[in-house]
Amino acid sequence: MDIHEYQAKEILAEYGIKLAEGGLAYSVEEAVQRSREIGSNVWVVKAQIHSGARGKAGAIKICRSHQEIETAAESLLGKKLVTHQTGPTGKLCSKLYIEAGTDIAREVYLALMIDRSHERIVMVGSAQGGMDIETLAVTNPGAIKKIHIEPAVGLQDFQARTMAFSLGLDGELLNHAIKTIRGCYRALRDLDANILEINPLVVTRNNELIALDAKMSFDENALFRRHRVSELRDNTQIDPREVAAAEAGLSYVGLDGDIGCMINGAGLAMATMDMIKLAGGEPANFLDVGGGASAERTEKAFRLVLADSNVKAMLVNIFAGINRCDWIAEGVVQAVRNIGTTVPLVVRLSGTNVEEGRRIIADSGLPIITAETLAEAAEKAVHARNQVVA
Amino acid sequence: MAILINERTRIIVQGFTGRIGTFHAQEMIDYGSNVVGGVTPGKGGQKHLGLPVFNTVREAVEQAGAEASIVFVPPAFAADSIMEAADAGIKYCVSITDGIPTQDMMTVKNFLRLFPKQNRMVLSGPNCSGTISPGRSMLGIMPGHIYSQGIVGVVGRSGTLGYEAADQMRRLNIGISTSVGIGGDPIIGSSHRDILEKLEEDPETKIALMIGEIGGPMEVEAGLFAKENMRKPLVAYIAGLTAPSGRRMGHAGAIISSTGESAAEKVEQLQELGVTICPTPSMMGETVAKVLAGL
Repeated sequence: MDIHEYQAKEILAEYGIKLAEGGLAYSVEEAVQRSREIGSNVWVVKAQIHSGARGKAGAIKICRSHQEIETAAESLLGKKLVTHQTGPTGKLCSKLYIEAGTDIAREVYLALMIDRSHERIVMVGSAQGGMDIETLAVTNPGAIKKIHIEPAVGLQDFQARTMAFSLGLDGELLNHAIKTIRGCYRALRDLDANILEINPLVVTRNNELIALDAKMSFDENALFRRHRVSELRDNTQIDPREVAAAEAGLSYVGLDGDIGCMINGAGLAMATMDMIKLAGGEPANFLDVGGGASAERTEKAFRLVLADSNVKAMLVNIFAGINRCDWIAEGVVQAVRNIGTTVPLVVRLSGTNVEEGRRIIADSGLPIITAETLAEAAEKAVHARNQVVA
Repeated sequence: MAILINERTRIIVQGFTGRIGTFHAQEMIDYGSNVVGGVTPGKGGQKHLGLPVFNTVREAVEQAGAEASIVFVPPAFAADSIMEAADAGIKYCVSITDGIPTQDMMTVKNFLRLFPKQNRMVLSGPNCSGTISPGRSMLGIMPGHIYSQGIVGVVGRSGTLGYEAADQMRRLNIGISTSVGIGGDPIIGSSHRDILEKLEEDPETKIALMIGEIGGPMEVEAGLFAKENMRKPLVAYIAGLTAPSGRRMGHAGAIISSTGESAAEKVEQLQELGVTICPTPSMMGETVAKVLAGL
C-alpha cells in the first residue's frame, strides 16, 4: 500500500528525521495561508499524488511570491496529473504540500527495503542523489552502496557509519546521518513497510541534513496489525475497479485490452492472459477469484469485469481444486441471468465436479460458449471478440 | 521413492480443528495420506476425525512420530506455527496459509538458518497448494485425482497452473513422481532450485518441469543450477508474458521490479542455459512428452 509524501514525512518526523518546514493545503487559499505561516521567500508547491517523477511532470513548482503560489495551486488542485508512472489516465490531485525552499549544497540517495532474494532488509545509498536510481543501477552500478542487515541483530551503528561515509556525510554531518539512517530503519521495521526511500536526502548550505522527498510503501499482509498505517490509505489514488475488487475479496488489475477475464489462481490467470495474447487478443484485466468462490462472489466478479466498457468478450477459466465446478457454474448462470450480459461469454471448467458444472451450463439454455482446454478457451474468446468488433 | 513425502510419511495438521484444516485433513486422509493427528493449542487430548489432537508440535512428534506437517493457521499466527514445527524436529512442512506478513517470513527464514543443514526443516510455501507424490501421499489442497503416478518431477509457484500441467500430462498418459508448490509470496521456504536439487537426486524422477512466473531471479537461478548440476532434462514455462511492469499480479512475488524479471527476459536466459521452454501454457504436457520421447 502506497501513501502520500506528506504522510511519509509525518512518519519520518516522528522518527527524528529532519525536514524542511511545510504544511498541507486543500485549497488555493490554504496554500497561500500555509506559505505565510512558513515564512521564507521561496516555496515549493508539491502535488500530493501516489507517483514518483512528479518534478518532470510539472507537479512540483517552485514559487517566489504568494501570487505564484496562487497560480501554482490553481493549476494543480482538482486536476488529474499524468506522470510517466501514473498511466495515461493520471491521478487526481486534491492536496498540496507547501514547503519552505531549501538551499541545497548536495543531494544524496538513501533507501531501506526488503530484499526478497536475500530475505533481509537492505540499505541502499548513493552519493549521486536526486536522479532515478533504476537508471543509475544500469549506467553506473558502482555508484550504489548496498548493506544487508541481519534480522536477528538489526541495524548496527558501524553499518550506518559505513553508509554515511560512502554518501560523503562525514564531519559534523556524520551524527545527523546516523540518526537519519537509524530512524529510517526503525520506521521500516516498526510499521511493516516494504520500502522507505528518501530521494533526495540533501545537505543544505547551512550544513544540515534534510529529507526533501519521502516515499513509503507498506506490506498489505501486515495491515491487520498496523491500524494507524491502514488509515493512511487514499482510495482516490487507486483504480476504482481495484478498490471495488478489494472490497469483494478479489484480486483485480485493469489492463488496456478488450477480453474480460475471470480466473482462479494468479498463475493460471497470467497463463490464460498469455494464451489470449498468443491467440491474437488482448486481455482487459487480470482477475483472480481465488479459492472457495461462491455464487455471490462469482456474480461480483462478473459485474466487475463487465463494468469495463472496453470489454467485447469474456472468458471464464476455472481449474477447481478447493473450488467446485458446480458452484462456479451456478454462479455463472446466476450472474448472466441477473446482469444480462451483452458480450459473448466463453467458459472453461476443469477439475473437481467438472461433469456437474458442465451440465449446469448446458441445462441453463443460456448462450454460453464452452471449451475443454485452455487453448480452445482462448481461441474461442478471441474469435468471439473478433466477431463482435467486425 | 519420490521426494519429500511418500505413503509412509507420518503427517500432522497444524490448525487441525478449524474449518479449513478439518476439510483438507479429511481430503488428505481420503487420498490415502498417512495423517497421524493434528495440533490445536488448548485442545490437546481430544479426538478429531478419529485422530489425536495435540497441544504442541513437540508432543505430536514424541507421541505420534510426526515427520511432516501442513499449516492451516491464520496469517497472524502462521509464522509462529512454522517455527514451532522446525523446533520440534519436523522434517518437512508445507504452509498453505496465504497473507503472512513479509517481515514475519524474514524471521522464519532466519530461525531456520539457526539449525545445521542436516537437521533443518524443509519448508515449502507459504501461499502454496502443497506437495503430492501421486498414488502415495498428498500434503496439500490440490484435487488429487488429476495427478497420475509417474516419472516427471514438477515444481511451480502457482497452484492452479500446476493443476493445469498435471491435467495436460494425464491426458497424454504422463505421470508425476512428485509435484511441489513453492508458493507465490516474496519470501518462501524453498526455491525452484532447492526442489530441482531433490528431484535430481530422486532415482524415480527422469525429467523435471518448472512452472515459473514473472518477478524475482529464482527461475534463472534454477536454470543455472540445472546447467551445472543436473543430468536430467529440465522443461520450463514462465507465466506473465502480458503482465505490465510494476503491477502486482495477485501473487505478491509476481511483480516486475527490475531488469531481467519479465517473462520474455527469463525465457531468453533459460533458453541460453539449455532449458527446454514450453512456448505456451497449453503446451506444457506436449513439451514434456517430446523431451520424454527423446530420452
